[in-house]
Amino acid sequence: MSPQENPPVTPDTAGGQPPTRRAAQEAAREEERRLEAAAETGGGQVPPPAVPASPAALAAAGPGDEQPLMQRIITGNALVAVLAVVLSLILGGLLIAVTDEDVARSASYFFSRPMDTIGAAWSAASGAYAALFQGSVFNAGGDSFARMIYPLTQTLTVATPLICAGLGVALAFRAGLFNIGAQGQILIGATLAGWVGFTANLPFGLHLLLVILAGMLGGAIWGGLVGVLKARTGAHEVILTIMLNYIAINLVLYLLSTPGFQRPGSTNPISPQLEATALYPPLLGSGFRLHWGFVVAVLATVFVWWLLNRSTVGFELRAVGANATAARTAGVSVSRGYILAMAIAGALAGLAGVAQVAGTEKVLTSGVAASFGFDAITVALLGRSSPWGTFAAGLLFGAFRAGGVTMQASTGTSIDIVLVVQSLIVLFIAAPPLVRSLFRLPTPGAIPSAGARRNRKTAATGGAA
Amino acid sequence: MSTVTTAAPGRSAAPAGAVRSWKTPILLSVLAVVALLVFGAGAPRNNVTFRLSDPNDAIVLPDLVLPAVATGWLTAVMLAALAVLAVLAVRRGSAVPVWLVAVFAVLFLIGFLTWVVGSANNPNVALYGLLAGSVTLAVPLIFGSLSGVLSERSGVVNIAIEGQLLFGAFAAAVAASVSGSAIVGLFAAALAGVIVSFLLAVFSIRYIVNQVIVGVVLNVLVSGLTGFLFSSVLSKDAETWNSPPRLPVLSIPVLSEIPILGPILFEQTIVGYLMYIAVAVIYVALFRSRWGLRTRAVGEHPKAADTLGVNVNRMRFMNVLLAGVVAGVGGSFFTLVSVSGFGRDMTAGQGYIALAALIFGRWNPIGAFFAALLFGFATNLSNVLSLLGTPVPDQFLRMLPYVVTVFAVAGLVGRSRAPGASGIPYVKG
Repeated sequence: MSPQENPPVTPDTAGGQPPTRRAAQEAAREEERRLEAAAETGGGQVPPPAVPASPAALAAAGPGDEQPLMQRIITGNALVAVLAVVLSLILGGLLIAVTDEDVARSASYFFSRPMDTIGAAWSAASGAYAALFQGSVFNAGGDSFARMIYPLTQTLTVATPLICAGLGVALAFRAGLFNIGAQGQILIGATLAGWVGFTANLPFGLHLLLVILAGMLGGAIWGGLVGVLKARTGAHEVILTIMLNYIAINLVLYLLSTPGFQRPGSTNPISPQLEATALYPPLLGSGFRLHWGFVVAVLATVFVWWLLNRSTVGFELRAVGANATAARTAGVSVSRGYILAMAIAGALAGLAGVAQVAGTEKVLTSGVAASFGFDAITVALLGRSSPWGTFAAGLLFGAFRAGGVTMQASTGTSIDIVLVVQSLIVLFIAAPPLVRSLFRLPTPGAIPSAGARRNRKTAATGGAA
Repeated sequence: MSTVTTAAPGRSAAPAGAVRSWKTPILLSVLAVVALLVFGAGAPRNNVTFRLSDPNDAIVLPDLVLPAVATGWLTAVMLAALAVLAVLAVRRGSAVPVWLVAVFAVLFLIGFLTWVVGSANNPNVALYGLLAGSVTLAVPLIFGSLSGVLSERSGVVNIAIEGQLLFGAFAAAVAASVSGSAIVGLFAAALAGVIVSFLLAVFSIRYIVNQVIVGVVLNVLVSGLTGFLFSSVLSKDAETWNSPPRLPVLSIPVLSEIPILGPILFEQTIVGYLMYIAVAVIYVALFRSRWGLRTRAVGEHPKAADTLGVNVNRMRFMNVLLAGVVAGVGGSFFTLVSVSGFGRDMTAGQGYIALAALIFGRWNPIGAFFAALLFGFATNLSNVLSLLGTPVPDQFLRMLPYVVTVFAVAGLVGRSRAPGASGIPYVKG
C-alpha cells in the first residue's frame, strides 16, 4: 500500500501515520530537487538525469538564494533561454542571407565593394524577420487597431493546438515516457470530435461539450493504447507512438472514404462542415479567427500544473518518471503510471485536435493535424516539460508559425527556416554550458578559476560545433 | 527518463515475467483463429499463381499454382497446431521456442499471401519481383539500423537516424549534381551523415544533453535545413543543384542469373553491395574484434571499461561518427538509386522504422538486417497488392508495415534488452 494512496489525513489517522506521511513529503521534496537537477545539467557540475544526483553535486550547483542579484541573473536559466533565442535567430538570419539571390549577386564583386554584400545580407535577413514579426505580433501598417493586433490573435490561434499537444508530450515526459505520438493522438481525437460535430444534432453548449469530450476520448484511446502495450509487453514507446502515427493517418484516410465520414457528393477525403453548435465560438468577435479553444488551452495548462504538482496521481507519475524501480519499490504501480500518463497525454493531444476541427478548420481532413504533433515535441522540450514553460514555448512557436506564413508570402523566405530556428533554440537551451561559453557568462556555482578554465575549453568545442 | 534503457520490465520481479511469458501464446492463438476464419473459411474459390522467374531469364522456373481453399485450410490448421504447442510449452513453464515463432510467421505469411492474392481481381503475382523489391526497399532501412547498432552498442541512443539519412540524401543529390559523378555524391552523403553524428555526439557526450532530445531535435533541424535549402536554392535551379546521375546497376555475370536469389544478391548498385558488406563487417567486427569488445563494454558497463583503460567518451564519439558514415551512405540510396533528385522530407520516417528494426533485431547487425527486410517486404507487399486490386482497402494495406512493427515490437520480440548503458551519459568520477 503506497502512502500516497491514503485518503487525506484527518487528525485521527494522522496520529498513526505521521512517519510515512512525513517520509512521503520528504521524498516529494527530494524528488522535486532531483527533477530540477535533471532539467538543468548545471554547467556539467550536476550529473545527468539518469544518474541520481549526489548531495555534493547539488550543493555545487549553488544555493541560489545567497547569490547577489546580478550574479543570479547572469547565471540563471532565463538569460540562457533569451540568449539561445537570440543566437538561433542570428544563425537563421545568416542562413537566409547566404541563400538570398541579391546577396549572391553582390557577392560576385565582394572584393571591390564589400559593403554591398553586407548590406544585401542585412536587408535579406532583417526583411524576413520584420515580416515574421509583422505576421505574428503587431502589424504597424494596419488601418485600424483591430487590423494591427490581428497578427497577435493569429499567433494565439496557432498556439492553441501547440500548447494542448505540447502539454501532452510534457506530461508523458515527466512520467519518463517519450511520446512522439501526439500527431496520431491529435488525428484520432479530431476524427472522433469531428464525427460528433457533424452527425449529432444537439443544442449549443451540450453539443460543443460532447465534441470536446469525444476529442479527448479519441486521443486518450490512442495514447492509452501505447501505455497498455508498454506496461503489458515492455514494447518501446518511441517505436509504438511512431507506428501509431502512421496507422492513425491511414485510418483517417480510410474513414474519410466511407459514407459515414465523407462529405456527400464529394470524391475527396473531406468531411461535411461541423454543425454551428459544435464549434468553439469566436473569442474576440467574428473578425478574428481566435476562438474559445485558447481559453480551454489555458485551463488545460492550469489542470496539468495542478495534476503534476498538487495531486497524488501527478506525484506518482513523476516518481515513475524519476526512477521506475524506486517507484515500484515504494509501492507505486508503474504499469498504471504508464497507462495513465499516456492516456492523459493522449487526451490533451485530443484537445489539440478539437481546437483544430472545431475551432480553426471547422472540417475534418487528413491534414487537420498539420504538423502540430511533431512541433509539440519541440514545444515540450523547450518548455522543459513544465506546464507553464510549455505554455510559453507554445506561444513562441505559435508566433513563429503564424509569422512564418506572412514571411513566406511577403519576402519569399521559405517557412522551413522556422523549423531551423526552432530546433536550434531547443538545442541551445538544452546545453546551457554551450550558450554560457559562447557569451562568456560565468558558470553557476563554479569557483572563478575553474569557471574560466571551463569556459575556454567549451569555447573551443563550441566554435567547432 | 525513458530512452531505450527502459528494459526495466525485463529486469523486474516475478509478476512482470509471468505476463511476458503468456503474451506470445495468446498472440499466436488470436492469429491462428484469424487464420481459420479468414484464410480457411473465407478462402477465395480459385487458384493462385506465384510466378517464380521472369520469362526472359536464363533459367526459367515453372509457375507455382496453389488452390486457395486447400492452402488456406492447411496453413490455418497448422497455425492452430503451433499455437496449441506454444500454449502447452508455457503451461509446462518453459518459454516458447524461437523456431516455433519463426515457422508460425512463415506459415502465416504463406496463408495471408494466398488469401489476399486469391481474392484479387488477378490472382497472379510475381514472387521474384516481390522479393527483389523488398530488398531494394530495405536498403536504407538496413543502413539506418546498422547506424543505430554502432551507436547504441557504445551507449548513445541514436534517434537521429532519420536526420542522418535525410542529410545524406540531400548531400548526395547536391554533390553528385555539381560534380556530375555519383561516386562523389556517395562520399558527400557519408560526410553529411558524419556532420549530423558530430552534432549528436557533441551535444550528448560533451554537453550531456538527453540523447533522445538531441536526436529528435536534430531530425527537425535537418528537415528544416534541407527543406529551406530545397525551396530557396535547389528548386530554383534544379539543373545545377538537383539533377544527380544515378548509380549504375552492376550485375555480376552468371551469378545474377540464379533464379530468385540472383537479382537480390548479384544485381545491385554499389550501395546495395555496400549494404551486404556493411552487415557482414559490422557483425564480425562487433563480436570478434578488439574494437567490438571495447564498443560493447563501453555500452554495457562504461565504468568497468574505464577502469580497464578504455577512454569511454572517445570510444563513443568515434562510434557515433562511424554510425553517421553508415547512415549517410544509406541516405544516398534515396537520391542516387531510388529516384534521381532530392525531394522535401523524402526519407518519410524511414529512419524511425530503421530504429524499430534495430530494436526488433535486438541490437544485433544480423537481426537488424532481417528485421529491416521484413519491413521492406511489408512495404513492397502493400505496393504490389494495391496494384492487384484486392478486397482490402488501400489504406489498410499501407498500414501493413506499421501494424507488423507494432505486433513485432509488442508481441514477438520477447526479451529484447538494450545495451546496459544505452542512453546514459558517462561522467567520470
